[in-house]
Amino acid sequence: MKMMLMKRRDFLKAGAAAGAMASLYGCAAGNKAGGHVVVVGGGFGGATVAKYLRMWSEGSVQVTLIERNPAFVSCPISNLVIAGTKSMEDITVSYDNLKSKWGVRVLQDDVLAIDTAKRSVKLAKGGDLSYDRVVLSPGIDFMFDQIPGLNNAAAQEKIMHAWKAGPQTVTLRQQLEAMKDGGTFAIAIPKAPYRCPPGPYERACVVADYFKKSKPKSKVVILDANEDVQSKKGLFVKAWNDLYKGVIEYRPNSEVKDVEVASKTAILEFDKFKADVLNIIPPHRAGNIAAQSGIKLINNRWVDVDWLSMESTSTPGVHVIGDAIFPAPTMPKSGHMANQHGKLTAAAIINLLAGQAPNPTPVVMNTCYSFVDAKNAIHVASIHQYDAATKLVQPVKGAGGVSAARNELEGKAAMGWAKNIWADMLA
Amino acid sequence: MKRLTAIAAVCLLASAGAHAADPNLARNLAATCANCHGTNGKAVPGAGMDSLAGESKAKLLQKLADFKSGDKPASIMHQITKGYTDEQLSLIADYYAAQK
Ligand SMILES: Cc1cc2nc3c(=O)[nH]c(=O)nc-3n(C[C@H](O)[C@H](O)[C@H](O)COP(=O)(O)OP(=O)(O)OC[C@H]3O[C@@H](n4cnc5c(N)ncnc54)[C@H](O)[C@@H]3O)c2cc1C
Repeated sequence: MKMMLMKRRDFLKAGAAAGAMASLYGCAAGNKAGGHVVVVGGGFGGATVAKYLRMWSEGSVQVTLIERNPAFVSCPISNLVIAGTKSMEDITVSYDNLKSKWGVRVLQDDVLAIDTAKRSVKLAKGGDLSYDRVVLSPGIDFMFDQIPGLNNAAAQEKIMHAWKAGPQTVTLRQQLEAMKDGGTFAIAIPKAPYRCPPGPYERACVVADYFKKSKPKSKVVILDANEDVQSKKGLFVKAWNDLYKGVIEYRPNSEVKDVEVASKTAILEFDKFKADVLNIIPPHRAGNIAAQSGIKLINNRWVDVDWLSMESTSTPGVHVIGDAIFPAPTMPKSGHMANQHGKLTAAAIINLLAGQAPNPTPVVMNTCYSFVDAKNAIHVASIHQYDAATKLVQPVKGAGGVSAARNELEGKAAMGWAKNIWADMLA
Repeated sequence: MKRLTAIAAVCLLASAGAHAADPNLARNLAATCANCHGTNGKAVPGAGMDSLAGESKAKLLQKLADFKSGDKPASIMHQITKGYTDEQLSLIADYYAAQK
């Protein structure tokens, strides 16, 4: 009941912001949403919510998108850039259509902080922007303090995470190209939850494929902080046995605690591992802007949200989507899911700005493809329906699942997925 | 302001209390397919995914039902269709059939 009252108060506030007069003339059903929404971050979640707010409100909601990078660079397919079969150009998409076709105001800038009481956003290039509602889709930032040797700028220029696509993707590719045949590539996976559960295993596979073709004496070692493979286990293990016997070595329970940068040595609890190319994915948490804006984090890492609107449970007017949130049961941190959060949020905000309750029965779903070599892929899928009893989106039992087997058709579907989701966000 | 609050509260009770479906439910559900099948069902040409926009409702529903029952072999759609109720699939088919 307390929950209900709180929400009701929120709708009223939203209704008032959208133009109090309209509510006097009857129930909200005919109201049009108006107001200004600021979106922080132009990745999978942010670009989607910006486009869908403009499209679904038929231009009546003003949207400003703030992104620090000049263009969108996709993490999905970036492992193929690292393996040398795709280029940076293949995974880069411009923000031009968001501007010209959808009327989103796109600012290349850094958001320094959000004053959630005053409802305004502080920009690095100067000036404040006020908003009726703000959406944060800042992705992740790394907890470098968990790996002390990596906790300085010089070290971070030598040991790549390449877990945000961009310059690090290019550098990791160059390191692999420069490595002598017979060398070892080690990839360190943090404890779950982390961005893209199958992503590190995909990277191990496609790098091993590159080695088989170009540096056949080389090896890949997976140092996994977890006790087992986190996604599509049967399919990945089968690929390692069928395709990469003697090339890929999997080591569970191998959390990297520190690193010696000069010798490219990962320091584990009872052991050390020296690599020729060392790729450490540090533990991560919600993009720093969440903590900087005083939004409550679970475990000091992830934002708790109301699943009907993706509004932060601690801070009214602030919606948080994508990798930054504390996920619902079995929900992965994926680009596909961030895009789905974006649509749920666009629909909810348009309702709230018109003084209406959000859709009481939202659904989100996920599909993640992983390449196991340059052409063959595997998938995992799940569907999550809102459950009023737990106030969470819950995975539908008996639905979803993984591929029967890796094949080239799924490899084609993986590229088709990428092209369509990029267009769904940005075209 | 008090009066306004009271009116708004009555409106909200009327809609929230009855658990009325969202007027844009079909649109929202259909958007969950757009990651692969394109915004409003218009898939990127040449990327190998089916466009759904403007297909007849009967044809869309039959396909979805066949995926769900397993009658139509699939790599992924048999898993996805099982996540939606028949009513939801019907709303999705309605929405895409109405797209030009
Ligand atoms: C190697 C790899 C492979 C992957 N493969 C897949 C896949 O196949 N399928 C899939 O679904 N997912 C995949 N993912 C996961 C996917 O990339 C993420 O889940 C997705 O990017 C999350 O979207 P987001 O909007 O939360 O964050 P992001 O897409 O990271 O977007 C956040 C944006 O916010 C900007 N930003 C942050 N803070 C600020 C600020 N203060 N001011 C201005 N701008 C800011 C950043 O620059 C960034 O552009 C993969 C990830 C990796 C690393």
